[in-house]
Amino acid sequence: MSELLANDLITPDAGESPLLSLGNVSILKGAPLTRLSLRLREASVKDAGKAFGASLPVKALTCEVGDKRAALWMGPDEWTLLAPEDDLQSVFNSIETALKDQPHALVDISERSESIIVSGEKAAWLLNTGIFIDFSLEAFPVGMVTRTVFHKSPVMVWRTGPDTFVVEAWVSFMDYVAGLLVQAAQELQAA
Amino acid sequence: MLLIYCPYCGVERPETEFQCGGEAHIARPADPGQASEEDWVEFLYMRTNTKGIAAERWRHTNGCGRFFNAVRDTVSDKFLKFYKAGETMPDLEAIAKEAGK
Ligand SMILES: [Zn+2]
Repeated sequence: MSELLANDLITPDAGESPLLSLGNVSILKGAPLTRLSLRLREASVKDAGKAFGASLPVKALTCEVGDKRAALWMGPDEWTLLAPEDDLQSVFNSIETALKDQPHALVDISERSESIIVSGEKAAWLLNTGIFIDFSLEAFPVGMVTRTVFHKSPVMVWRTGPDTFVVEAWVSFMDYVAGLLVQAAQELQAA
Repeated sequence: MLLIYCPYCGVERPETEFQCGGEAHIARPADPGQASEEDWVEFLYMRTNTKGIAAERWRHTNGCGRFFNAVRDTVSDKFLKFYKAGETMPDLEAIAKEAGK
């Protein structure tokens, strides 16, 4: 998996067995992460990026990755910041220090969602069983990230490789999301 | 399913990502302390309820979260224009004429 975006950050949870493991698609639980929601004005974008370790993308639906850091565009003034689980305090403090005189909202949302890693040549097909977005590489290139809806659950989808997607859902919705994906994958087995 | 263009994300997305926020360009009374009960009734409840070309607020709820405005033909459901919140209301008559209404 070495060619994947942010592969020093997004890793399968070693303690969990795969939710799905077929020849052409698999679903793995992602390891816990530090997740921060950051909202601020344009004037603070540079300072926040420097303090975080990855610049904040200003282009819609894109990401910026640094050493064990990823900044994901969520909206024109909103980003999700990802870092290793143990870096929560240090990342939080360094951003707060850098922005102490600038209006902003930095919130720890690490426990709000869980991630799964959906990969394989049928990954896009599988996601399309519940998401109405064109996942061709021209329309949704590697690095693109968006919030959307999977059936009835809000999710975040981040493409970290041509055939690899990170899907995040709220903790209490993850069984629903992962369960429906696993069920839809039965169609691949039957084929 | 309707496809709706978000002017902040710059992409067309399925309607399930959006919520309609009703008629656009309704100004809150500039000096709330001076507004009469009738002013509040007008602001809160009275809507044009257009049959035809209308400007509406929409929110990309399951996306960037931003409010924006859209011009829609309420009869055919066809969207005719999308623009960011805060931008002035386009000429609805011109849009209607262009759409052949
Ligand atoms: Zn949007």
